[in-house]
Amino acid sequence: MSAPVQKSKEKVALQAVTGNRLRDGAVIFRTRAGAWSTQLVDTETASNEIAAAQLLAAAEQDAKNAIVVGPYLFAVSDQSGELQAVTLRERIRAAGPTVIEAGIAAVQHI
Amino acid sequence: MYRYDEFDQSFVDQRVTQFRDQVSRRLAGELSEDEFKPLRLTNGLYLQLHAYMLRVAVPYGTLTAQQLRQLAHIARRYDRGWGHFTTRQNIQFNWIKLDEAPDVLAALAKVQMHALQTSGNVIRNTTADHFAGVARDEIEDPRIWCEIIRQWSSLHPEFSFLPRKFKIAVTGAPNDRAAVKVHDIGLRMHRNAQGEIGFEVIVGGGLGRTPIIGKTIRKFLPKQDLLSYLEAILRVYNEFGRRDNIYKARIKILVHEIGVEEMSRRVEEEWQTLRDGRLQLPADAIEFITKQFAPPHYPERPERVPALEALRLEDRDFARWLRTNVAPHRVPGYGIVTLSLKKGDVAPGDASAEQMEAIADLAEKFGFSEIRVSHEQNLILPHAALADLPKLWPALKVLGLDTANSNQITDIIACPGLDYCALANARSIPVAQRIMARFNELAQVHEIGELKIKISGCINACGHHHVGHIGILGVDKNGEEFYQITLGGHAGEDATLGSIIGPAVASDQIVEAVENLVGTYLDLRQEGERFLDTYRRVGNALFKERLYAAA
Repeated sequence: MSAPVQKSKEKVALQAVTGNRLRDGAVIFRTRAGAWSTQLVDTETASNEIAAAQLLAAAEQDAKNAIVVGPYLFAVSDQSGELQAVTLRERIRAAGPTVIEAGIAAVQHI
Repeated sequence: MYRYDEFDQSFVDQRVTQFRDQVSRRLAGELSEDEFKPLRLTNGLYLQLHAYMLRVAVPYGTLTAQQLRQLAHIARRYDRGWGHFTTRQNIQFNWIKLDEAPDVLAALAKVQMHALQTSGNVIRNTTADHFAGVARDEIEDPRIWCEIIRQWSSLHPEFSFLPRKFKIAVTGAPNDRAAVKVHDIGLRMHRNAQGEIGFEVIVGGGLGRTPIIGKTIRKFLPKQDLLSYLEAILRVYNEFGRRDNIYKARIKILVHEIGVEEMSRRVEEEWQTLRDGRLQLPADAIEFITKQFAPPHYPERPERVPALEALRLEDRDFARWLRTNVAPHRVPGYGIVTLSLKKGDVAPGDASAEQMEAIADLAEKFGFSEIRVSHEQNLILPHAALADLPKLWPALKVLGLDTANSNQITDIIACPGLDYCALANARSIPVAQRIMARFNELAQVHEIGELKIKISGCINACGHHHVGHIGILGVDKNGEEFYQITLGGHAGEDATLGSIIGPAVASDQIVEAVENLVGTYLDLRQEGERFLDTYRRVGNALFKERLYAAA
């Protein structure tokens, strides 16, 4: 999966790293502790390009170590007091499909 | 239907073993993702937004009850309890774990199924009319030819690295239910002036970012020449198809660039080197495959069924269901029953494990253990006795599969869209569901009549929006979901591409927009006209004027 182009017109202040867990494909985020979590809330953020590059480089090492697949940077915002993905695509990745799955309740996040 | 021989079975089993080894090497870090990706894709395993997705081939959309039951088992044991039937007659599982994928392939191999050639630049699963073998208007069962194509094309060494993917569809009936004109190769069986049956060969059709209706390069091809002729087309494409630009690599671009006459000339020239050679099909080989598709022995059943007539008069919903979801069968006393996967509660094409198992039971009880998958994302019981319908319908009702909407406004095709797909720009499923919810009165649905809505979440057009009577394409406008509407598309024998009606509408306006278009049609239609007929008669202007006047 290639990294999507950030569509937001505004300059992105905060970035985080995501990818899919190798073993099961789950959406994961690189945490402040240098591990990976399925929860966006634990994610380490970078507020400038140098920090972002370092964060991505560390994630790419984890890709080499067969932990994560295709890590990439994406825009996040903490303006609401809670860390959130900026684009719809990343919000859906973070929280799951917005539709009901045969008996499983939809996540009302969009 | 076709049964694997020893060669087929050992081949598929070997591939499972091979993939198990590849997965364990990947998990151990011995293979990088770059090395592993082509290997997993060759086995139908994609990585989507939330998880790995396994696309399982359903050759020409035909399943046995035993196979469907195994798909249910896979859904329950390895996924989240459901599967998604696709616009190419396949099934996708959306939540497969990489470390369990080899077990899933092993489970498929047990019932003579696999996920080979459901990805990559190869000849993909050949699709067919979902009413193949039973339709009253059919000349010959196209699945015989699909199976011959399957055996020829599976891991064909010369065509394992084509410029781009390659899709073939076959219809054996004049009423094209297989959308053959929007495939890389479309084959339409017909009789020539001498009464012989052969193929019209159509090439260079396709949807995606450059939609094109296929062109006929040969009006009549004798059946025994099918493979040599297909090989000639593939050779010309393999040699001259563009490899410098992924968006210009499909055969439709080649045909468009060199022209249909030149394409035809090159194919015929190549064919002269191949015809009457090793690819000519001997009569006994055709006979052998034909026997595999021999129809079941149909016991004589009544054509007029008093219990059915009584229920038709008594229950309007049953009458409506008979009208839209039971098609004429070539054997008197039987019907072809479409089980709607378009109730609107879940995504179009989704079926739970429980539904799949129950359908397998019903197929065994009422339909010679056979099930079909349509590219319109429904399931079909192809051989139901009319006398059994008063028992079958209530059973379908319990399962939520009784919606009387086949080919109606709520029988919507939709791709997985941004809810699942890594390529999508906008969501498709919620749009389909909102339209279905708006048109939830069956009386109104039937009053509107035949109307095909097709929704894609991106320009790749898996939801076939270009050939929707109303086509809807999701686009990303500065981070917001917008939907571009096309009108007048059609995938039948008189295929046309839809025309864009005007600026895209916001997500919260799309249902109203559809309602507006339907309103215009109802106001303008003349006696007996379907939406498409009215549109073709009056054109875009009035629809456009009223749509944007309301905005």
